[in-house]
Amino acid sequence: MMGFQAVVLWSDVLIWLLVAAGAGVGVMIAKNPPLLAAWRRVGANRVGMASATVLLAFVLIGLLDSLHYRAQLESKPGQKAVFAVEVLSVLDALAAPLRSRNEKTYSAPFATRLYAKETMDVPGKGTVRDYPRLKHGGQHLGEREDEVAEDAAMTAFKAGVLAFVGWLGVFGSVAAVNRKKSPKLKLREAAFAWDAVLLTLLLILVFAVPLFWLSGYYHVFGTDKVGQDVLYQILKSVRTGLIIGLVTTLVMLPMAVLLGIVAGYFRGWVDDVIQYIYTVLNSIPGVLLIAAAVLMMQVVIDTNPQWFSTAAERADLRLLALCFILGITSWTGLCRLLRGETLKLRELEYIQAAQAFGVSSWRIIVRHILPNLMHIVIIALVMDFSGLVLAEAVLSYVGIGVDPTMTSFGTMINNARMELGREPVVWWSLAAAFSAMFILVLAANLFADAVRDAFDPRAA
Amino acid sequence: MLAYIIRRLLYALPILIGVNLVTFALFFVVNTPDDMARMQLGVKRVTPEAIQKWKVERGYDKPLLWNSEAAGLNAAVDTIFFEKSARMFVGDFGRAEDGRDIAREIGNRMLPSLAIALPTFILGLFVTITFALTLAFFRATAFDFWGVVLCVAAMSISGLFYIIGGQYLISKVWRLVPISGFGAGLEAWRFLILPVLIGVVSGIGSSTRWYRTIFLEEVSKDYVRTARAKGLPETLVFFRHILRNALIPILTGVVVVIPMLFMGSLLTESFFGIPGLGSYTIDAINAQDFSVVRSMVFIGSVLYIVGLILTDISYTLVDPRIRFE
Repeated sequence: MMGFQAVVLWSDVLIWLLVAAGAGVGVMIAKNPPLLAAWRRVGANRVGMASATVLLAFVLIGLLDSLHYRAQLESKPGQKAVFAVEVLSVLDALAAPLRSRNEKTYSAPFATRLYAKETMDVPGKGTVRDYPRLKHGGQHLGEREDEVAEDAAMTAFKAGVLAFVGWLGVFGSVAAVNRKKSPKLKLREAAFAWDAVLLTLLLILVFAVPLFWLSGYYHVFGTDKVGQDVLYQILKSVRTGLIIGLVTTLVMLPMAVLLGIVAGYFRGWVDDVIQYIYTVLNSIPGVLLIAAAVLMMQVVIDTNPQWFSTAAERADLRLLALCFILGITSWTGLCRLLRGETLKLRELEYIQAAQAFGVSSWRIIVRHILPNLMHIVIIALVMDFSGLVLAEAVLSYVGIGVDPTMTSFGTMINNARMELGREPVVWWSLAAAFSAMFILVLAANLFADAVRDAFDPRAA
Repeated sequence: MLAYIIRRLLYALPILIGVNLVTFALFFVVNTPDDMARMQLGVKRVTPEAIQKWKVERGYDKPLLWNSEAAGLNAAVDTIFFEKSARMFVGDFGRAEDGRDIAREIGNRMLPSLAIALPTFILGLFVTITFALTLAFFRATAFDFWGVVLCVAAMSISGLFYIIGGQYLISKVWRLVPISGFGAGLEAWRFLILPVLIGVVSGIGSSTRWYRTIFLEEVSKDYVRTARAKGLPETLVFFRHILRNALIPILTGVVVVIPMLFMGSLLTESFFGIPGLGSYTIDAINAQDFSVVRSMVFIGSVLYIVGLILTDISYTLVDPRIRFE
């Protein structure tokens, strides 16, 4: 067993903090009947639960990619342990074959040969110009190169059957638990949309298990310009997208909630000042403010290289800075909503009664106003996510997004921007990045709709 | 009316000053001019003299806010803040890194931006409102359901995909229009069709869904029931009553955008090589030309505030109940 040294990046801290906060909010919701009822409505929504299952799969990938370490290098006994410079994650370790089996340059999905012809020395034939064999993709086939389709279909079928058997186990246990809890109800009549969850799980398993099985033998989504597996890049992009979508809201939430409630509750000059601040920030077009802030951040990072010991740390800090900048440009909308709602709430009888009893302002805000604003906050959280994931791609494309060394959907698309102009067309990187992003954003949008319908039936 | 507009313009002034201060802080306080000089000149050949020369050439060698060496009024005037930030109020944006006058460049590039943005805006509005009205007319049918599904799917697709995919399919595979570029005069239409089309298509998803909700909210109101009760045909109810009333909330979102059309679209312009303000901004970002980015931030805010004022004025035109006090 090789030793390792755990590395905790700042974004890891925040993402695990989010998981903890999610668990905390879960406990809070369980104690709050109206919120619990609303979440039960989300749970009964089939489309909502199906998309939640897909999102959970993405989150799982992102979490696996958020446990970082540095592997121990081989050293003689008695020597001090030396650790690799490269920072890896648990996901990297699980997908080690994907990460390390690089080709020379482009190769199509399921290809056994490179995209470009090369001059090679063939024993007995002299120099030949031909497509060279890949170092890894389809190597197990040996001379039987034309049997890729049969071999891949066979492997996929085997893996699919295995996935189905695994799913049957899950299905059986869910059905058994359900029967014990409510013997009269069938699974599809249960209050929680188990049927949608199980069906989605089946789809995910039947798709993902063969995909990963095949990726041991082939480059399932092809390789990019420097020969890196596209599937691996997609997996790494998930974490970047999740951090942009989740940490940004985490950053802006305290500011938006605090300022919004304070402005609405105290009114007067406090309200004027806060309104002035958000009108000013709102007047600056978002993209331009982000561009200006990112440019300035780049200067700070470039003039202070001594802050970062590894390249991963620098890319990580730049990612977090981007989250902060996006958060600062996007808190105004939520703040205005909360201010308006607080203005309405503070005139209600129960708040006035509390004021008459001499309850302090902060206590009124925390006990009586904040809980009644929760639905707005939750709706804003889930609605923002998909927009932020899409924004990351555009910003990275423009050159004001994440660090170019960090894998994300935006940098993938940016690197592949000229590929459609090639002859023959290199379509796989773009297709894979756009499809993965589409699935993530679609699931987020559908889930957001389900949450909004459950919390605010009026707006549906 | 006039008094109202003047008062609104006066309200806008403190906000513009705020914007100016924010950009000033962002561009000159977060990083000192020395940092920017080092960045621009590259790390290797940086000598204190070179930095000093770079600063003097651009007028960044002055104190930030207060020049204690100058006498009288000059103490406030002979500073970076006055020279670079305050003078933007009178339309003096200074010079870009390539030595060109930014204000003139902006004037030249406004027209190509408008040539793309205006048709996209009008056509997009027409298409999405028509589509949304149709969906609302057939509400709670299979057509409505699949229309909404299509909208959600369309808004989940990245804007980059519409551009890259459209360019590939229409220009490269079908060879209908040139991939990118811009021509002068009437010849320009061949270059404009594709970006306008892509702009309209990429906006359909989210706007249609938004307008449909507005129409549906209107459908359930009392006056609609009255109109139906007195025997008006459903088409008349829709076009005479619902469409007109729904225009008020639609205006809120739409009028704000009109002045911003001058800014152009960053992505579309850079993909299609259109010499407008959007591509100007992108080029400036890539070349790290801080003065151009700063000017665009300021102009963008001015246009946004103009949009807000226009929104308020347009309210009175469509809704006689709203009066200026």
